[in-house]
Amino acid sequence: MTAIGGSEVRPIKKARGGFWARLFRHNRLACVGAALVSFFVLVTLLAPVLAPPQGNCRRALGMEGTQTVPGPLAYLRELVATPGACLQMPRVGFAAQPNPPAAGAPLGRVNGYDIRYGLVWGTRTAIFLGLTVLAITVTIGSLVGLTAGFLGGVTDNLLMRLTDVIFAFPALVLILVLVAALGPGLLNIIIALSLVSWVGLARVVRSEVLRLRELEFAAAAQSLGASRARIALRHVLPNAIGPLLTIVVLEMGSLPIVAGTLSFLGLGTPLGYADWGQLIALAQKWIQGPPGEPFAYWYVTLFPGLCIFAYSLGWSLLGDSLAEALDPRNR
Amino acid sequence: MLSFILRRLLALPLILLAVTFLIVLVMQLIPVEQRAAAYTTDLAQLSRIPEIIKTNRLDASVFEQYWRWLGQALGGNLGFSRTSGQPVLSTLAARFPATLELTLSTLIPLIGLSVWLGSKAAVQRGRAADTFIRVIAVVSSSTPSFVLGVWLLVIFYGALDLLPGTGNLSNDSAISFLTGEIKRVTGFVTIDALLGGRPEVFWDAIKHLIMPVFTLMVVGSAGLIKGTRTSMLEALNSDYIRTARAKGVSERVIVRKHARRNALLTVITLAGLSISGLLQGAVIAETLFGYPGVGAWAAQAAALGDLPGVLGFALLAATIVVLINLAIDLAYTVIDPRVRYA
Repeated sequence: MTAIGGSEVRPIKKARGGFWARLFRHNRLACVGAALVSFFVLVTLLAPVLAPPQGNCRRALGMEGTQTVPGPLAYLRELVATPGACLQMPRVGFAAQPNPPAAGAPLGRVNGYDIRYGLVWGTRTAIFLGLTVLAITVTIGSLVGLTAGFLGGVTDNLLMRLTDVIFAFPALVLILVLVAALGPGLLNIIIALSLVSWVGLARVVRSEVLRLRELEFAAAAQSLGASRARIALRHVLPNAIGPLLTIVVLEMGSLPIVAGTLSFLGLGTPLGYADWGQLIALAQKWIQGPPGEPFAYWYVTLFPGLCIFAYSLGWSLLGDSLAEALDPRNR
Repeated sequence: MLSFILRRLLALPLILLAVTFLIVLVMQLIPVEQRAAAYTTDLAQLSRIPEIIKTNRLDASVFEQYWRWLGQALGGNLGFSRTSGQPVLSTLAARFPATLELTLSTLIPLIGLSVWLGSKAAVQRGRAADTFIRVIAVVSSSTPSFVLGVWLLVIFYGALDLLPGTGNLSNDSAISFLTGEIKRVTGFVTIDALLGGRPEVFWDAIKHLIMPVFTLMVVGSAGLIKGTRTSMLEALNSDYIRTARAKGVSERVIVRKHARRNALLTVITLAGLSISGLLQGAVIAETLFGYPGVGAWAAQAAALGDLPGVLGFALLAATIVVLINLAIDLAYTVIDPRVRYA
């Protein structure tokens, strides 16, 4: 392309080496994304250090006296299965007014809740939510896509019309209806998000399967006597899942936004749950400062907002660069 | 062609049936007493809940309940929405123009700007401008609309007091509408104000639109910019562009006529999708900015388990999405003569 009088089109920098080199070399955006994501993963791992457990959480982790960080065993246990008490933001008083950053609550308090605690432990909520929803949707999406693409005919038609129906409706409203019906709470949010977001994945897998099953390796497997199920599961499915990688990375960033929106609309996690969306919902009342001090409550909106934004940005940058690197045209 | 349109239009009722049935089915998860409470308008009526369940047959099977709703809906009665305190149909009629005004005011600048940025990025591929536009797209895709909205409100409403924080009109302007001083012709407050010869009311309405429109634009632009960039790159790399360059066609004409027109097909699809996205964004933006549209009402109805309200909104949203998909398919035939429907 570039050789022909195309002074306007510069040759694209080609990174030597494998896929990972192509992803990160000469690509500052990918590096920033990876750094942001690693930062949040680190925050998740170090949550008890960054925001020391209090009250019931201390008891749940068996912490004594002056201990600020749980012992190694309790730490490990808490990493694998965080006790519910630790995901409850400690509340100091019921003061209506937010408290500015001070010792004890370096990012301030809103409705008596320590904002730092909510943000640090809320990272766990966000990552747990993302991983769980994706595990469910990738499983359902691939199975439905595989079934539809491989069996074809009536099954395909029925499954695809089902996706049409779900697509004929703004996803957020469908999620709202589901959460309204199931009742609020993290588990129900996860169920609602999963029920709606497998659809896109199923369509991607289906179109991949339709392409792959016509390729030589499928015919080769068949000629070797492999059963239809074996061809579908062992040969076609692993190849069809590749294109999901980018979508999965992007979804990791966008799922907490949807969950936050639900909290913001009053259908989220129960009051006091360490969840970013809830902190924003609480901040909504403090948009206007007292007369003469317009930015008096800046910390209430700034920190939770920045946190969601940075988390989502990290995954988006990573996903975007991944899409560029996976694009065969860039090889 | 005509038979294609007819077939698609015939599919519309089927999709609407499926969508509404899905919602009635999901709503069965709500305890029957809570659903019955949606029929009451004041606390005194709460004692009548068993009666309400009986008269509305809320404890019947899903199919029977759906059948009842369908019979009423076909008779033009979509039920009563407790959230708005009005019949669903009149709520839709009263609130939809505001949502339409908001979405249209967003859609036109949104498409223009995103297509311009996307093709700019493709032409300048790999250079500073491309990176910059890519960063804009990524940043806008990772900005939650409720965070952006709250920040905008803190700065422009709370601190600077430059823009109004709620509604689509300030009190004085709203009164001119209520008293009939300004006639409701189109239902759009901006256009009606102009038709009524009241520029100050028009300006007032515009000021109320700025923040919600900006919020919707930021959130909606990412996909459009990225999509335009990808399809422009594909077009710019194709053989006919090489031929055009070989013929000595100027770069400007190549980009404008040869590449952009061919990239339009993808852009149209994405623009259609973004309308569905805008409907979704409207739910958040309207709630955030107290805008009197259907989105804010739908969010409230869903939160309250107001089944007739949710079904009414579902019908509206699904009809719009299906009609837009049809319009996109028809637009293909205009843009690309190779596309024909039998």
